[in-house]
Amino acid sequence: MNEKYLFSLMSVVLLFLLAYAGVEVAGLQVLFGVIIPYMALIVFLAGFAYRVIQWAQTPVPYKIPTTGGQQKSLPWIQHAAIDCPDTKAQVVGRMAMEVLLFRSLFRNLVFKKEGDKLAYRMELFLWLGAIVFHYAFLVVTIRHLRFFAEPVPFFVTGLEKVDSFLQLGLPVVYMSGIALLAGVLYLAIRRIYVGHTRYISLASDFFPLFLILAIAVTGIMMRYFTKVDIPTVKELTMGLVTFRPAVPEGIGTLFFVHLFLVSVLLAYFPFSKLMHMGGVFFSPTRNMTCNTRAERHVNPWNYPVPVHTYEEYEDDFREHMIEAGLPVEKKE
Amino acid sequence: MSDLPKSEEILKDVEHAPPKKGWMNIPVDIRKGMYCYAANPKSLNALGFPNVHEWNPKDEDWNLPENWQEILHKGFKERLDRFRSVKVFMDICVRCGACADKCHYFIGTGDPKNMPVLRAELLRSVYRNDFTLAGKLLGKIAGARKMDEDVLKEWWYYLFQCSECRRCSVFCPYGIDTAEITIFGRELLNLLGLNIDWIATPVANCYRTGNHLGIQPHAFKDMLDFFVEDIEDITGINVEPQFNKKGADILFITPSGDVFADPGTYTCMGYMMLFKYLKDKYGLDVTWSTYASEGGNFGFFTSHETMKRLNSKMYAEAKRLGVKWILGGECGHMWRVINQYMDTMNGPADFLEEPVNPITGTRFENAKSTKMVHISEFTADLIKHGKLDLDPSRNDDLKVTFHDSCNPARGMGMFDEPRYVIRSVCNQFYDMPRNTIRENTFCCGSGSGLNAGEDMELRMTGGLPRANAVKFVHEKHGVNMLACVCAIDRAAFPDLMSYWVPEVDVTGLTELVANALILPGEKQRETNLRGEPLPGMEE
Repeated sequence: MNEKYLFSLMSVVLLFLLAYAGVEVAGLQVLFGVIIPYMALIVFLAGFAYRVIQWAQTPVPYKIPTTGGQQKSLPWIQHAAIDCPDTKAQVVGRMAMEVLLFRSLFRNLVFKKEGDKLAYRMELFLWLGAIVFHYAFLVVTIRHLRFFAEPVPFFVTGLEKVDSFLQLGLPVVYMSGIALLAGVLYLAIRRIYVGHTRYISLASDFFPLFLILAIAVTGIMMRYFTKVDIPTVKELTMGLVTFRPAVPEGIGTLFFVHLFLVSVLLAYFPFSKLMHMGGVFFSPTRNMTCNTRAERHVNPWNYPVPVHTYEEYEDDFREHMIEAGLPVEKKE
Repeated sequence: MSDLPKSEEILKDVEHAPPKKGWMNIPVDIRKGMYCYAANPKSLNALGFPNVHEWNPKDEDWNLPENWQEILHKGFKERLDRFRSVKVFMDICVRCGACADKCHYFIGTGDPKNMPVLRAELLRSVYRNDFTLAGKLLGKIAGARKMDEDVLKEWWYYLFQCSECRRCSVFCPYGIDTAEITIFGRELLNLLGLNIDWIATPVANCYRTGNHLGIQPHAFKDMLDFFVEDIEDITGINVEPQFNKKGADILFITPSGDVFADPGTYTCMGYMMLFKYLKDKYGLDVTWSTYASEGGNFGFFTSHETMKRLNSKMYAEAKRLGVKWILGGECGHMWRVINQYMDTMNGPADFLEEPVNPITGTRFENAKSTKMVHISEFTADLIKHGKLDLDPSRNDDLKVTFHDSCNPARGMGMFDEPRYVIRSVCNQFYDMPRNTIRENTFCCGSGSGLNAGEDMELRMTGGLPRANAVKFVHEKHGVNMLACVCAIDRAAFPDLMSYWVPEVDVTGLTELVANALILPGEKQRETNLRGEPLPGMEE
């Protein structure tokens, strides 16, 4: 067994038990329902902002975009505006493709040795898994806004309608929940079973997956199986957003576990690789124009360096140069 | 090359399954054939590098300065504060593995530490230990480890097994660029005097003589004069190049490798013939420089500062000579430096004019600030406007494919200009499979200063993916000529081809152009620039 994923798995199990025992045995509803969520949110916001500000304050001395397509050069040569953006608007296009559609992941070519030939084939499962996981997570998050606003915003109810259009089961099944579960399971299984991915993985790669898996499972349990009392939950969540926190009676322990795991995720976020969410916007190989010869980029810390000047060069070689008939500045 | 395994064995034996043991528990094995010799202290001293000392990679003791860990830590911190790329790339990798099988060295060697993600993790693990809370608290389980001599050796070994080709960065969902990691890591190693000689000595040469090979001005002129004689034998025309000429229209700078060794020399002859043609037909005045006699920049493989020091000669010489703009020859990393660094480092070039091709009137808008144009852009423009008299049938014995050199591909985006030129001067052109060209192109295996003799196994294994794709078009279409726009390619591919696809030869683009180019008043040519009979002229 691999200690990295065991460590992460055990951590999530322990967190689960901690919240369960804390509420069920010790009756710490206020701690798990109010204090920890508040603290987690503060850590998340402050930590996220801190990280982003740190990146933003670090200079970008050179313009080093990866050119993924034809540069803009002669007018009769077809320019690849998205993969080799020449203007800021085109960079926005490239970034949108990257952030919204995972453009680079879509390029994935998997290498295989086939006899004495090397083959590189399109491989979209990672892209698909990532798209499903991220978009499902986004939809689930937006749906949860229903707990934090009264009246429920139109886009939340609209999204719920779309998300449940299959009209299966009671309460009606949200596809996003299933997709999130499938996505996170795929990513976790891939990490455990695909040789290279397992080999490069750290405990910190498994931990968020298991944590999100636990969050999704507890959420689904509450909605479809233990049938948590939603109006009471909303009483608690509305109390939190209006800064009049109160813990109403009759919310099951599972809810506090769910909320605690979400709090852990929030607090963990700024200190982990999950910051790729913010970092992707700061990647100099993607967010810069490729017009590097057309427009000068300034390095804020550019400093003078010792160089070997022409005069020094000529001093070194003057005689030889004159003898060879090369022009010189000084004749002796 | 005697110790080198046979190519069939390498291909058969290369294994890509990861080892059982975790990578942090596998100590580095500095293996003969896979590394380059340590830098000659004389070369490092010539540029005043710090902590210069004698050492041997195979020795247990690398004679490091006493406070080497402190130097590294400080150097790391400084660069985290100076380069957003380094900082962001240390922080945001999710280890999705998309890059893992994109590296030619991984494909060729199967060594897991050649997966781009692990190459970066070698540094990230130390970053976590030194600079992150989680790393400090949790240590190994958070993927952190302390810097020690074994880790340093591992860094050195694998940072000189990356050719900074950027292929992995195309596939990374966050654009993490291993070239950037390697550049940064090598910069740190240079703080401890741990460069390789194949880089350090060319750098020292270039600083003093103006070019990597250390060719002094009079010898540089001599070498070009030899080509003048060869060209005259073949065409009957004296192409008489100009040197260090004040007031010329254009300063031409190309890698010194083309002056020095076949088949680059034929490309060099090609430049000379092209400029002669343009002078006779259109009065274009091009000068070479013996001071700025190097297009390439091995400083780029040393540190940003060294890159800037060597690069400074281009603008300095253009200014001294009072030319209008600069034309650059065929070279890979040279163009990464020119396209993405030169203007920032040594500009603004406000003493030059926005480049305009005086023959066609084309304004090179894409080079209007840096004021340096690539020979392929220039030639493509000339051909498009019908300004060159060409006889492509002189290249009819060639079935040509084109290798996109890493830097012009992924650091510049120059894909269609060279293809247009080839199609205009050759009748038979076949691209390699799409997944191995353009932005997906594979390195020659010898880039970033690794084209030494002692690391031949690394070069041949790293070049496998490129060679395998050449072999594919050789078998399918009978391709017998590999064209490229890079001097390191021209130096490295002959070895690589003779190892993997011996039927295929190597050429620069401008050699093909010059073979097809009809010089005013030339005699009936019987041979190409290599002295081989032209098609239809065989006895």
